[in-house]
Amino acid sequence: MALYEHIIIVRQDVSSAQVESLTEELSALVSENGGSVEKVEQWGLRNLAYRIKKNRKGHYVLLNLDAPAAAVAELERIERINEDIIRIMTIRVEELEEGPSAMLRSSDERDERRGRRDDRGDRRPRRDNDSKPAEKASEGENA
Amino acid sequence: MSNPQFARRPFFRRRKACPFTGPNAPKIDYKDTRLLQRYVSERGKIVPSRITAVSAKKQRELAKAIKRARNIALIPFVVQ
Repeated sequence: MALYEHIIIVRQDVSSAQVESLTEELSALVSENGGSVEKVEQWGLRNLAYRIKKNRKGHYVLLNLDAPAAAVAELERIERINEDIIRIMTIRVEELEEGPSAMLRSSDERDERRGRRDDRGDRRPRRDNDSKPAEKASEGENA
Repeated sequence: MSNPQFARRPFFRRRKACPFTGPNAPKIDYKDTRLLQRYVSERGKIVPSRITAVSAKKQRELAKAIKRARNIALIPFVVQ
């Protein structure tokens, strides 16, 4: 069976409890068709970058699937019928991500990244120091 | 740097290394909006690799990730 990352966006007027029951229905559908849901991530209500069917916000749900192609096709068919679901995307991946995805990773990740940038910042004065002697050397050549 | 001709030029800049190669390089992921945002212009366009110094291979990967992120409305197609 193939591995997929599957993201759906649900309309903003739907309550988050309804979204959870909907995802359970969809997961049941996948397992009925011989697949399995490895991970479910509720990203909650997020602002959309642009309007989709007059919606400015949407509930994002990520499903990591290990399912045959037929099950995914059926899942997408059902989702296209459901009017609460405004956008779906399925991506085939070589391996599924362990742990929370980049979206849910907390601010420690951000701090770590900032730390790395500081490390990079340290390098700059050193480069200037390197270039100055070189300039002096060239002046020396001219003189 | 050792070449004095380069040192004399006022705006000499060392060729930057690709930000996605190396030991602790970030992984390109369409879900990582904060990472992708850095490689998109204010207007929402993908920044060319000659400016960001991303390698050709990684730029293709990055472009694909940005397009996926746009598709699920994580990143805008255009910013007015």
